Amino acid sequence: MSTGLWLLLFDGLLVTLQLTVFGAALGLVFAFAAGLARLSGRRVVRGIAFAYTEGFRGLPALVVLFWLVFALPALGLQLEPLFAGVLALALNIGAYGAEVVRGAVLSVPAAQLEAAVALNFTPWQRMRLVVLPQALVAMVPPMGNLLVELLKATALVSLVYLQDLTFQGQIVRAATGETAAVFAGLLVGYGVIALALTRLVRLVERRAAAGLGRTPAREVTR
Amino acid sequence: MTFDWTAAWDALPQLLDGLVVALWATVLGYVLALVLGLAFALLRRTERAWLRLPVGFVVEFIRSTPLLVQLFFLFFVLPAVGIELSPLATGAIGLGVHYATYTSEVYRAGIDGVPAGQWEAAKSLSLSRGRTWTRVVLPQAVPRVVPALGNYAIAMFKDTPQLTVVTVAEVLSVVKAVGAQNFRYLELITVAGVLYLAAALLIAWPVRALERRYRKETA
Amino acid sequence: MTGERFISFDGVSKHFGSTTVLDDLSFDIRAGERVTLIGPSGSGKTTILRMLMTLTRPDSGTITVDGVPLFHERRGDALVPAGEAHLRRMRRHTTMVFQQYNLFPNMRVLRNVTEAPVHVLGLSRDEAEGRGRELLELVGLGDKVDAYPSQLSGGQQQRVAIARALAMRPDVLLLDEVTSALDPELAAEVLDVLRDVARTFDVTMLCVTHAMRFARDVSDRVLMFNEGRIIESAPPEQLFDAPEQVRTKEFLRSVIDET
Repeated sequence: MSTGLWLLLFDGLLVTLQLTVFGAALGLVFAFAAGLARLSGRRVVRGIAFAYTEGFRGLPALVVLFWLVFALPALGLQLEPLFAGVLALALNIGAYGAEVVRGAVLSVPAAQLEAAVALNFTPWQRMRLVVLPQALVAMVPPMGNLLVELLKATALVSLVYLQDLTFQGQIVRAATGETAAVFAGLLVGYGVIALALTRLVRLVERRAAAGLGRTPAREVTR
Repeated sequence: MTFDWTAAWDALPQLLDGLVVALWATVLGYVLALVLGLAFALLRRTERAWLRLPVGFVVEFIRSTPLLVQLFFLFFVLPAVGIELSPLATGAIGLGVHYATYTSEVYRAGIDGVPAGQWEAAKSLSLSRGRTWTRVVLPQAVPRVVPALGNYAIAMFKDTPQLTVVTVAEVLSVVKAVGAQNFRYLELITVAGVLYLAAALLIAWPVRALERRYRKETA
Repeated sequence: MTGERFISFDGVSKHFGSTTVLDDLSFDIRAGERVTLIGPSGSGKTTILRMLMTLTRPDSGTITVDGVPLFHERRGDALVPAGEAHLRRMRRHTTMVFQQYNLFPNMRVLRNVTEAPVHVLGLSRDEAEGRGRELLELVGLGDKVDAYPSQLSGGQQQRVAIARALAMRPDVLLLDEVTSALDPELAAEVLDVLRDVARTFDVTMLCVTHAMRFARDVSDRVLMFNEGRIIESAPPEQLFDAPEQVRTKEFLRSVIDET
């Protein structure tokens, strides 16, 4: 295989990583916005968040992607392709993430909130100082799973001609005719990235658990 | 350009045909996922390391790589090794194998949930290993994971648009075919989206009902 | 050391479903008074504390603290149900120690004690930490400032919770069965700390407890609850040694048999 084809794959890898990182960042924004909105006291806010999470958990990511890329221009809005990809992935993963956020916030015992009331924190301080720090720890493992799902979903953008790893793999396949080897190689590539992401999440998980004193972050005087 | 209701209406019958195909793919793939997933779960518990470790590796590998690339792999590589399958069969196998890696985790959790005392009781009655599994463990493990398994039916259905790459005539393939003629992508994809949403909610309905029943039984 | 009337309940009732928890209850607590609430479980004692902490609202009746209605505020001429701002003003008087400690697991011990003084009372971090260390010293945990709550015993956690409450400089300290979740030995160390607190701080204390010796030692007055009503109210010597009500006698006998 020529150097040019390797470079092509490397370019594709960069696009895939960009999609994963930006998709995760924007997805987190959606997840927190919708997850917290579903716990809002205001009915309208709750309703909008509910419609978003239920809607995008029922819609295939690929269909959302097609809609953004092929349907939206008909309404006069042409998105930058990479942004369309990131947006479609983030909308999808954010809907699942919202459930994670909601579940984690609800998993913080009511007694913690009562203690925060007894110390006269404002509602926002209760959220920021007491509930969220504890909820974040509970969020890490499921969010890690979603991150791998997001990585896998990035391959979909190759179907709307975004030049990610899978797209470039197709080019290499066409150029070399090494069908089995190229697709096997692609799968291994994704597998390795997924493994790296999983490792990263484990690290964050341990750090987060240490923040609750579950495993000693450093030696504590006894 | 505005939304052309006529174009949307005209494409509806073909899109519905595509939906039926997608549902078929889901059913076939789901059956495979249920059976293969159980096999994976059992193999990952065997005491034979030469079997347990490779199966574990394959399951983790399939679960952490894109379904789309796996579908490409099946589509191009199976014929090359002399296996000629219909697009629907290829798609169902792709979906089924991919989701078997998820269902196997669900089964595993269910099996782990059977109290150790049940195994000990079976041993004290000197039941054979096979009998212990089929008569004691699985009958307790499987019912409690039914709702979790159901959720993967919905997830799997939502992945059927990817079968367009193995030329299954599901909804997205219809969108592309019709769109190539009339360029009404806005209407086509919007209607397709509504159909997916409606179908997903329809599949979700019995799953939620099962979840509720399960919760009541365990409460 | 007791002053004028500080807390008063006037015709307060509370129902949970079909059960009556508080039944048209009226009583007063004077500033600086130490009052112990005793009675069988489910007789409404804890609900009193939770109401004073604004964690539970009464169905009817009025509670006033320092002459101001707790759950109502004046808007024009009318009294309307209190909003969050009013509740926050009223909560400045009061703080609570819980049966299950409820320390914040995400904060180290010192942070547990300083977080509210910094964010709610507006103290500087330095000032709050200085005071926090003093208070932790007072409860005998000066060497645990950097530990996480999960690394402490139940008794130690409860002592941190007491320090955390005192750091808010409350007028009223509510103690809700603070030793019920603890083994006798650990309970004793918590009660010793509370005796110190009663001696050194000029604070009104409302205490729900089954620790009768402690109640006798620190209380100015004991209220005996039964089925949502106060059936007897007297100084501890009188109530424990010469109870007037049959129900009180029965209750005291059952509690003493237990321990």
